[in-house]
Amino acid sequence: MIVITAMTLPFMKRSPIDLPPILTVDLIQITDKTSIPFAAKAAKTLEKLKKKEEERLVSEQAPPSEKKKEKPDRIPLPEDLNKEKKQIIKKKQNPEEIEEQIRQASEFEKKELFDPNQIAALIDKSKEETAETLKKSEKLTQSSVKTSFASGLTLSQEDALKAQIFGCWSLPLGLPYHKNLLVRIKLKLKPDGTVLRSEILDHARMNQPGQGFYKVLAESALRAIRICQPLRVPPTGYEKWKDLQLNFDANEMLKG
Amino acid sequence: MKKIILVIFCLFIFKASAIALVEVDITRGNLDPLPIAVSPLHVESGSKDIKQNGKIIKNVGEEISKVIEINFKRSGLFNPLKKESFVQNPDIAHVKPRFEDWRLIKAQALVTGKVNVSEEKLRVEFRLWDTVAAKEMIALAFSTTPSNWRRVAHIIADKVYQRLTGEEGYFDTRIIYVSETGPKTQRYKKLAIMDQDGANVKYLTLGNELVLTPRFSPKNQLVTYLSYFRNLPRVYLLDIETGVQEVVGDFPGMTFAPRFSPDGEKIIMSFAKDGNSDIYTMNLKTRVVEKITDHTSIDTSPSYSPDGKYIAFNSDRSGLQQIYVMKSDGSKVKRITFGKGLYGTPVWSPRGDLIAFTKVHKGKFYIGVMRTDGSGERLLTENYYQEAPSWSPNGRVLIFYRETKSDSEGKGFSAKLWSIDLTGYNERLIETETDGSDPSWSSLLSK
Repeated sequence: MIVITAMTLPFMKRSPIDLPPILTVDLIQITDKTSIPFAAKAAKTLEKLKKKEEERLVSEQAPPSEKKKEKPDRIPLPEDLNKEKKQIIKKKQNPEEIEEQIRQASEFEKKELFDPNQIAALIDKSKEETAETLKKSEKLTQSSVKTSFASGLTLSQEDALKAQIFGCWSLPLGLPYHKNLLVRIKLKLKPDGTVLRSEILDHARMNQPGQGFYKVLAESALRAIRICQPLRVPPTGYEKWKDLQLNFDANEMLKG
Repeated sequence: MKKIILVIFCLFIFKASAIALVEVDITRGNLDPLPIAVSPLHVESGSKDIKQNGKIIKNVGEEISKVIEINFKRSGLFNPLKKESFVQNPDIAHVKPRFEDWRLIKAQALVTGKVNVSEEKLRVEFRLWDTVAAKEMIALAFSTTPSNWRRVAHIIADKVYQRLTGEEGYFDTRIIYVSETGPKTQRYKKLAIMDQDGANVKYLTLGNELVLTPRFSPKNQLVTYLSYFRNLPRVYLLDIETGVQEVVGDFPGMTFAPRFSPDGEKIIMSFAKDGNSDIYTMNLKTRVVEKITDHTSIDTSPSYSPDGKYIAFNSDRSGLQQIYVMKSDGSKVKRITFGKGLYGTPVWSPRGDLIAFTKVHKGKFYIGVMRTDGSGERLLTENYYQEAPSWSPNGRVLIFYRETKSDSEGKGFSAKLWSIDLTGYNERLIETETDGSDPSWSSLLSK
């Protein structure tokens, strides 16, 4: 009886598992050994960049000096020279009339925005709204004023630039929902809107533990800039917008 | 005084320069899957064919690239581009891609590689390129036995996934489930295991005993499951690698849903004693059983948080079945669901940020996720009958099973495995030879 009972136990009836064993896959780092011809140069460049990044990190904390800002401390664009040439050609293909139209529209909106009567009307309207809405409208007004006076771009110029980059930015879809997903990139632009230098402002975050997603996000932002260039910048006022900071913020999109 | 004036002057200058910087906020982007080109891996001259299960695989490079592509496609995060549009040949692309050719077809990333099969050795080398920045992102090589080529493909897909998303992949994994055949009234249930993409299905039991709720250990290839013997469920442990199986204990009454602790050293389950169902743990080394909840209500479906500090479970102590969270010693029990309907099968995400659950409301079944405090409930999918969500090891995808309605004679009934990601948009059927239920996702095999 005991033997019969034992034989009916499920594990006694089981046939041997015919699964392939989990074989080890040896992993070999091949970057250094079998890298493509330009990789040796890239390694040197990277070393130099590391040093510069360290210097830059220090300089970010210290008071800014104009000399340090002029140093080329960007992430290298291997085909910069070629790109620059290509972009110039592209610019020639773009009719200047379109640029003019954008500029004219911008001037119009600029006037509208700073009509004192309208601001007064806005303030009057805001009195009727809730306290929360009031705060929001104040913030909007402040940022608008900052945009127009301080940044050197009118609202429509800024909108045109935003619209261009929106189309180029492929957001990595696997990003975590509950993290800080803001990447700030500082650009040095040429008069035709091509990028001379790009610098990730919070570069130190890339190497911090648990911030792997930040590197991915930053790369996607840099990719967007490269795909988009030459950027849609105003034909005039180069001195005002030659230094441009793009704040790529994925928080709103991912949180819905 | 002069110094103060100088400082004020400097501050003024710096402020003026700071104001001069144009700042533009980019808050919108393209949410389409990333266009990626997976070039067939170049097979080196002199490389041999692979013989596997009586079949000859001639171009293993192409087969590997197909497996990688399918993984990418199923993830919903990547859009593998059609090979017909590729301009550059694989042999040259691997040495140095012409980035302009790949940009022309809108590829933002490119996978190239080469394969060599010699006597009992497969060597695969691959590179991931950023076509826009024109730079290499990863370059790795793998060496293994030729029959392992599918795993190499999954590992490559994982490496690319990790590099491009910042989170760990989940392709080099297995899924254990209950294979079902026969009419609804007389189902034969066998324990089965397969790769996460449905390949390499193997059956682990004969089907003459009912098996239920297989669960992978998060640490190794151990599986715990229930099997009925003389109408009483027993908890078994099965080592997938060695095939060794054992009964872990003889528990009184009905036993439900055994699951491993995050360190793999305990199993947690519920069983009914004297008509009351409570939650217990069992230390697999010492075989000591510890009672965690002590309540007159029905407490079932316990699941540990990844740090092992908390346990989520469902209980009807408030009158209706809801989800609760408590400390792992059973203290500080807190109800976290208050929505309409019944909540059950809570499963803590391996990331620790979310709890997946099954919800029943107005005759419909939902699979959803919520934060660990019960806030932010999101229902990902709705159907006639579906339950038992299980997380991928990276906490991004859920696998569950779904049953269809049957007529009065039991015809038309089916049970299939499905997956859905956290967006709720990427829902996919997982093809299996037979019907399937109660799936459980393994941890990464290569870890």
